[in-house]
Parts: sequence; structure tokens; C-alpha cells
Amino acid sequence: MPTESARLRLKTWICATVVVLSNVFGNFFMKRGMPAQLASPLQYITVLFQPWVSLGVLLLILWLLSRMALLSWADLSYVLPVTSVGYVLVAFAGKILLNEQITARRWGGILLIVAGVALVSGGSVPQTARPRVSGTEELR
Amino acid sequence: MTWFWIGIIVASTTVGEVLQAMGMRRHGEIRDFRPGALGRAAAVLVRNRFVIGSVVSMAVSFFAYMRLLTVADLSFAVPVTAVTFAIETALAKYVLRERVNWLRWTGAALVICGVALVSA
Repeated sequence: MPTESARLRLKTWICATVVVLSNVFGNFFMKRGMPAQLASPLQYITVLFQPWVSLGVLLLILWLLSRMALLSWADLSYVLPVTSVGYVLVAFAGKILLNEQITARRWGGILLIVAGVALVSGGSVPQTARPRVSGTEELR
Repeated sequence: MTWFWIGIIVASTTVGEVLQAMGMRRHGEIRDFRPGALGRAAAVLVRNRFVIGSVVSMAVSFFAYMRLLTVADLSFAVPVTAVTFAIETALAKYVLRERVNWLRWTGAALVICGVALVSA
């Protein structure tokens, strides 16, 4: 029988993976479909129906919902660093798919991000001991 | 003008994400991922004022982000908005009252330095 913390850790990893991938590909498709200029307020709406932008928006909706689910049990101070591995993947997407340049400085930054993520996600449980927060219905 | 949009994105994202964390914590852990149960959770969440506030803030952030993407590289736009990270970790401690131990502070500090290098 898996323990409660093992169950929570597995669930956290699965959900965090969905959060990261939907964010990376959502951002990528948005950038891919975005025109060089948004001239009028109406264009902000019409551009949402451009196929690449629509796909990006759908993925970002998935990102929002999966992140909400993750935050229903995990601390914000845990979720922030762990999902920031997405910054690394966005840099790779920029390089591989959009031919953007990655300098030595950027690679250094990517390494620091990975180190930070490894430190937080490897060493601590995802949530602060409950209950706290002035809320009333904390324990269930 | 680029930095104006970045400022709007950072402010609205920070508010949105902290409200989201408050709303979801109030709701409690989602344990059942079957569609029916998720639908019932959604029906409860749309009446949660923290979640409503967070969606409004995130919508502001989203349209400002769309504007930013028209003028900036993807590999600049995404990391630069991670300034929110530093503010939100502090808010997690002082507003959400999370126990941010030294591992989390160190990890957060490394990520912030990394993000600064990536976006430089």
C-alpha cells in the first residue's frame, strides 16, 4: 500500500507535468500565430480565432485548470519553482522551433533554474502541514 | 512601451495567482479526477470569489501578454514575466502563511537568478 505522502507525490508529479507541458506548448502556439501588430481592440478578439492562437488558448485553458487542481493540495511556494522548469523548455522551443539564439549566458540561467527546481522538488513535501490560514473549513 | 506591458502582466499575474492559491486552498484537495466529479468541483469553484477574482486578473494578464508577444521574442517574453516569482514566494509566506523553509528559499533564489540570466 502506498503511503499518503507517496500518493501525494505521484499525483503532484503527474499534475505538474501537465501544467508545465500545457504552458510551454500554449505559449509556443500563441507566439506562432500572433500577428506582428494588434491595431485595434477588435483585433484582440478576432486573432483568438486564428488556428494557431486558438490551439494556444485551449492549451493555456488546460494550464489554468491543471494549475488550479495542483494548488488545491500543493503550496504556492512549492508549485512556483517546480513548474518553472517550463522556462527551460520554452527556451528550447524558441531555439529548436523558432530559431531563436541561445547564448552561453542563457544556458547558465537554464542550469540555475534546473538546480533550483531539483532542490525544491527533491527535498520537500509539496504542502505545509495543515490546517492553518484563517479559513474555517480547512480540514476535510 | 514594452516595459509598460510587462508591468501590467507582472501585477495582474501576481494578484491572479495568489488569489488562485487562496481559492483552491479554501476549496480543499481535489481527489477525484473523473469527469462528473470534476464538473461538480467546477460548479462549486465558479462561485468561489477568490477564483472569480483570479480569473479576472489572469484575463487582464492574458491580453497584456498577447500585446507583448507582438513586439517581443518568446524566449524574452516568458522569462521576463517570471519577476512575479520573487513577489509570489514572499506573498506565499506572509499572505498564505506557508512554511517556506530554507530549501524553498534557496531553490527560489536560484530560479530567480536563472530567470534573470535567461532574460538578460
